[in-house]
Amino acid sequence: MSIDLKTVKHISKLARISIDDEKANKLKGDLNNIFEFIEKLNELNTDNVQALTSIAETTLRFRKDEIKSENIREKILKNSPEENKDFFVVPKVVE
Amino acid sequence: MSDITSQSLFELTSNIKEKKLSSEEITTAFINRAEKSKKLNVYVTDNFEKAIDQSKKFDSNPNLDFKLPGIPIAVKDLFCTNGVITTAGSKILKNFVPTYESTVTQNLWSHGAILLGKLNCDEFAMGSSNETSFFGNVQNPIGENLVPGGSSGGSSAAVAANLTPVTIGTDTGGSIRQPASFTGTVGLKPTYGSCSRYGIVAFASSLDQAGPMTKNVRDCSMLLEVISSFDQKDSTSIDYKRNNYSKELSKDIKGKKIGIPKEYRVDNMPDEIEQLWKNGISYAKDCGAEIIDISLPHTNYALPTYYIVAPAEASSNLARYDGVKYGFRSHGQNLIEMYEKTRSEGFGDEVKRRIMIGTYVLSSGYYDAYYLKAQKVRQLIKKDFDDAFSKVDAILTPSTPSSAFKIGEKTNDPVSMYLNDIFTVPINLAGLPGISIPAGKDKNNYPLGLQVIGKPFDEQNILNISYALEDKINFKNDISNWWLSE
Repeated sequence: MSIDLKTVKHISKLARISIDDEKANKLKGDLNNIFEFIEKLNELNTDNVQALTSIAETTLRFRKDEIKSENIREKILKNSPEENKDFFVVPKVVE
Repeated sequence: MSDITSQSLFELTSNIKEKKLSSEEITTAFINRAEKSKKLNVYVTDNFEKAIDQSKKFDSNPNLDFKLPGIPIAVKDLFCTNGVITTAGSKILKNFVPTYESTVTQNLWSHGAILLGKLNCDEFAMGSSNETSFFGNVQNPIGENLVPGGSSGGSSAAVAANLTPVTIGTDTGGSIRQPASFTGTVGLKPTYGSCSRYGIVAFASSLDQAGPMTKNVRDCSMLLEVISSFDQKDSTSIDYKRNNYSKELSKDIKGKKIGIPKEYRVDNMPDEIEQLWKNGISYAKDCGAEIIDISLPHTNYALPTYYIVAPAEASSNLARYDGVKYGFRSHGQNLIEMYEKTRSEGFGDEVKRRIMIGTYVLSSGYYDAYYLKAQKVRQLIKKDFDDAFSKVDAILTPSTPSSAFKIGEKTNDPVSMYLNDIFTVPINLAGLPGISIPAGKDKNNYPLGLQVIGKPFDEQNILNISYALEDKINFKNDISNWWLSE
């Protein structure tokens, strides 16, 4: 199976990474090499194998739903790329 | 007394406790050496001024009960440090100042250590040579224009070059053990769930672990003891009784059963690595260990499995870098364009490649064929180890299929770069602890490492085996200080 240019562009759209044609072509080559290497897994029959979803053999812990940090608005907004003391700012979304 | 910066953590700690050295003397010595070592490019951000202040503060009222009393330590730039820029080697985080501290670094400071600075690494820990960092490649102190391994390349170089007594790195597929092997140093990846992942910039959450990188095995046990802890803030942190690893460190490995997996004898493996492995086996025998041939039949499938699981998790984890809440932002006419340009300009090529692989294997129509398949094979790989560990106490393998290679040698061929991690990746997939210790040199005089793999939570056992082997191997890293400036 090989990955064509159209698929590369579709994936880049899904991944929200813009790429030009030159990059897309380069990526197409890289991805095909990598997937050729990955296809090795098809040699194995895994019909009766349970998927491993967690390596730590424990169940997730429950905790009480309580507020542990207060007044952290300033901290949360501190690294915001556009300065505003109350909100995160993005390009206009609603027309 | 030998030069301060060449002392081990054990020696420095003893010298502080016996009041032969002050924290300020030690901190100043490491800073002075760093100032002359810029050519190695190990630091992304230094914390030198604050470190001196903190060392003076420590000396004014020293608490000698601490496990790291006034010891200056630089850490991989993947650990969030409160108030100190944390970049993960990426343009997208180049100005990010965390407002919180990772649990493992907090453990260092709570035991008296002082932050020297943040060490270079591959972008988002994706790489095996430290060449994907936005802040440029790192030089391996063992020789000019050699890679220090990766992704914890700044960390391995800093330990080998005596720029920090010890450090901590992170290991998702070999990122502690491979650079340790390339620089003649010791690196340990703990059992998954042993060290908290809280505050570590996430790459692949089911594989990532923090671990110690040191000059020798004893230092490694001392540092593991400090960083390994149960943490409510990490949902996969495991609550079990941790050892006093340094206290229980012992060279007595008589009667231990050590497995030798035949599948690790890969095609085209250099003779010197085969020889290194044989030497390791004979040293283990000399120490009274019993050598048992074992089989890990799915070894060959580990790398392809890893290159589905890790990018899949990475593509989800890195979805957070959208230019909205923190980090670099590019400008676009609308929200989507802003996201796309931010991520296109903010991420480097290798990170984009992995996000693309991950997005593809998780996308509609391909999930079962790739991601589910990989999770099933991961189960088989884990079962291989479960079976092996019913017969042996530990497994001995080479750490890497080669010694350090030249800068630029593998950058154009992602698959050949990925093959570097062939012996280290299976251990992450199975969640096991593994340690790399320097074990010899190749014909160019470059270091080579051996890996000891243990059962889950059996770090003590692999530390003890390594401690016994280290004594027999008697490795000496000869480093010429070629990079030092006046």
